[in-house]
Amino acid sequence: MSHGLNSTLTLSLLLLTAWGMVALTGLVRPASIAFVGRTLFPLGALFGIVLAIVAAVSLDRPAERLVLPIGLPDLPVHLRLDGLSSVFLILLGAASAGVSIFAAGYFRKGEGTAPGLLCLQYHLFLASMGFVLLADDAYAFMVAWETMALSSYFLVTTQHRIPEIRRAGFLYLLIAHLGAIAILLSFGILQGGSWHFTFDAMRSAHLDSHWATVAFCLALIGFGAKAGLVPLHVWLPEAHPAAPSPVSALMSGVMLKTALYGMIRVSFDLLGQPVWWWGLVPLSLGLFSALYGVVFAAAQTDMKRLLAYSSIENIGILFTGLGLAIVFAGVGMRAAAALTLIAVIYHAMNHAFMKSLLFLGTGAVLHATGERNLGHLGGLIHRMPWVAWLTLIGVLAIAGLPPLNGFVSEWLLLQSFLFAYKVPHPFINMLLPLGAALLALAAALAGYVMVKFFGVIFLGQPRERALRHAHDAGLVERVGLAWLALGCILLGFLPTHVISLLSVVTRELNLGGLPASDAPWWLLVPIPERQSSYAPLVFFAVIAIVVALAIVSVRFFYHQRIRKGPAWDCGFGGLTSRMQDTAEGFGQPIRHLFQPFFAIVRELPSPFDSKPKYRLEIGDRIWRVLYLPLGTLVRQVADRVAWLQQGRIATYLLYSFVTLVVLLALML
Amino acid sequence: MNVFDWIVQLLGIALAVAAAPVLVGWVNQCRAWLQNKSAPSILLPYRGIRKLFHKDAVIADNASQLFRLAPYVVFGTMVTAAAVIPSIATRLPFTQAADAIALVGLLATARVFLSLAAMDVGTAFGTLGARREMMIGFLAEPALLVVIFVVSLTCATTALPLIAERLSAQSFTLNPSLAFTAVAFTMVLLAENARIPVDNPATHLELTMIHEALLLEYSARHLALMEWAAALKLFNYACIGVAVFIPWGIATSHAPLGLAVSIALLGVKLLFAGAGLALIETLSAKLRVFRAPEFLATAFLFAVLGLLVRLLLGD
Repeated sequence: MSHGLNSTLTLSLLLLTAWGMVALTGLVRPASIAFVGRTLFPLGALFGIVLAIVAAVSLDRPAERLVLPIGLPDLPVHLRLDGLSSVFLILLGAASAGVSIFAAGYFRKGEGTAPGLLCLQYHLFLASMGFVLLADDAYAFMVAWETMALSSYFLVTTQHRIPEIRRAGFLYLLIAHLGAIAILLSFGILQGGSWHFTFDAMRSAHLDSHWATVAFCLALIGFGAKAGLVPLHVWLPEAHPAAPSPVSALMSGVMLKTALYGMIRVSFDLLGQPVWWWGLVPLSLGLFSALYGVVFAAAQTDMKRLLAYSSIENIGILFTGLGLAIVFAGVGMRAAAALTLIAVIYHAMNHAFMKSLLFLGTGAVLHATGERNLGHLGGLIHRMPWVAWLTLIGVLAIAGLPPLNGFVSEWLLLQSFLFAYKVPHPFINMLLPLGAALLALAAALAGYVMVKFFGVIFLGQPRERALRHAHDAGLVERVGLAWLALGCILLGFLPTHVISLLSVVTRELNLGGLPASDAPWWLLVPIPERQSSYAPLVFFAVIAIVVALAIVSVRFFYHQRIRKGPAWDCGFGGLTSRMQDTAEGFGQPIRHLFQPFFAIVRELPSPFDSKPKYRLEIGDRIWRVLYLPLGTLVRQVADRVAWLQQGRIATYLLYSFVTLVVLLALML
Repeated sequence: MNVFDWIVQLLGIALAVAAAPVLVGWVNQCRAWLQNKSAPSILLPYRGIRKLFHKDAVIADNASQLFRLAPYVVFGTMVTAAAVIPSIATRLPFTQAADAIALVGLLATARVFLSLAAMDVGTAFGTLGARREMMIGFLAEPALLVVIFVVSLTCATTALPLIAERLSAQSFTLNPSLAFTAVAFTMVLLAENARIPVDNPATHLELTMIHEALLLEYSARHLALMEWAAALKLFNYACIGVAVFIPWGIATSHAPLGLAVSIALLGVKLLFAGAGLALIETLSAKLRVFRAPEFLATAFLFAVLGLLVRLLLGD
């Protein structure tokens, strides 16, 4: 164990504390945009970058531990920095840096919470996510986890004067706490009768298989609730649109990944060797979430809700991969498990960058137009070229198109699905490859959703007159967007480097790294015996060369005359912006095809209406089938119990007396 | 890897770029014969492209840079796709850079750019076309991926040249999983290349068209590139089909004789494929747009059936 500034754990701890200091400094001049925005947020971004660098350095080193004598007596805080934590710290630092830079230019006066208070909550949120990743005992983990939930709750309800936002915040808080209880219970089982709540004790505890299964299921519920796994996803499409865009970006890009971290930590590290069939649960839930999320995303008309549903899709992809990795690890196919887990963490990284980029893009649009509804946007590529082109990178990446980053992780995941037929369980080995077919369907639908997202916001004609005065994002905001776009490009172009970083994690989890290959650095050959390879740089270079050659030769052999005129539109003269597809229109084929997913309420005008009205409401079937009855049940139980509440102090004293007597009787 | 490999690689690309319009011309000719019409010249697509290159481009006032860039990107991705597909030989250096899954991604990239460009001007037809194109795409893409999955499981690789090499080394036996996937692949080919029964390449009836609706605002060189890219797409799909389902005769070394035989055989195979395509188009009626998803869902299910059969029967 090393101490002092040589220790990467101490350094990370210092950086998290520095975030805490930045948070508190926000209270010095809470109303000053100039101070908070121009000084504190860039400082937070700087700490994020340094944190990512420190975590990257620590990847090469053995795990470090630290015990801090703070908190309750006899309950010191255990911290540990190992490969898995480091990888997620890199994600946290690098992705949040882009968001913080953007936020420096984003927050304005008069938007609910004062900027200084926002700065406090924002940086507390960042620091608590860091502590979640470093915690090495259940107490520290839960404290950090709850700080994360609370600080993000306050961030979601920044505009707390709007009732819908308060409602969204409450729903988020409720499900976050249901999840936290499940995680707490899971830790309670994991300690295995030793009553030591350090993760080390849990690693060495021997659970019998039933209890281990219960612990796994509780962890899946708890972390699934935080991640937004269907059917625990209902808070996500409410909370993400309610929050200011940088906060949505952080929540979607980074916070959801802490749930993935927790799930990997519990299933591969704390539980030791996972049982193979556990994996089928997250696998099937993940596949369902992926499809459910993307189908709902296609039907949305609010741009941030669309992205929130797309996050559910990506969480589904992550949990699918995680489930597959558990199956592989459980049946002893360690190399396949390593590849799958690498694909999962890779995708988590990718999603952190691309989803943050897209959410920030919507933030810039929201500021420029004041409009979140896709039906009132359009044509913004002319007014906001920077935002449009940078967002396009995120759009292409999340649609899983080569050579950007979204494709690499999906490619790896599909490659690992090709191992699935070797799982030594009949039936399962035939059903698993079908998962790849569903995954491919979800990925292709993501392309549909992203064309809708980009096309309706940025292309076409402006659907409202006011859009003609939209302005591009400021310089600081552009830097933030460009940082994240650069992340998408680099993660896409340098897969071999990323994978060699990530294989530290799989080696640490006893799965071994990927088999060595003698391929050059630009060529990705994850499975040498399969000889499947992918070289994004070469790939991109060839496309670029062909495009350049085409442009040059067309100019050389022909001419470059160009005339501008009104749109042709088959010779129809009276084209207006109303004639373009609306967001509803663009999603119509999906609504039509996936009807069973939706609860659709439609009111059509009769032919004789003088003022025809058309109303379409697309509801979440799970909300009506699962949550509303549950809510009614809770209310009924509460009504029954309410007679206890008499409102007279004498009665309450009687309750206390009876309770004491009963307890005493039990004790004696 | 030597210079000769690269020469063969470039030869393959050049062949694809040059021969693609001829293939379209051939399909049109066959279709005309089958429908008892007098056939146009096989070189007609070429003349059309040449004519378009000479014209002045007219672009809508509110078109963005994306609109002008898209034809080049779509053309570029299609040429890159041609470089990935082993059409005449299997020892191609560039195919290392992208396997079959990346090829599907490449085709998806072209589709996304095409659709975005169609939405750029903001006409009713453009957005309608984009919506329909993406609807066809999201069903066709997974079907194609599952087809590739089946073949990859059979050959234990996702690298296309190896697939072609290993399948051509097998003797001709009726492999049930490959038969199912061949049906699925043909259906995907029809849908992706805007052929009857999903779309009609000859239509200009606005309400039924998909591919043509995407190109309505394009003119001159941009349209020429888009048309050429569409021809390349058909050529590429045909070559994928040839490489996967009838690979026999493909050159596995670079002996000049083998190459010559391989090119000649490819020509013959494509002639038959084109004639078959014309036959399918003549025999079927165009589906309503909302029947198209059912058609593609059938393709997807056929591919999945192929996968199941492959897993059931084993090697």
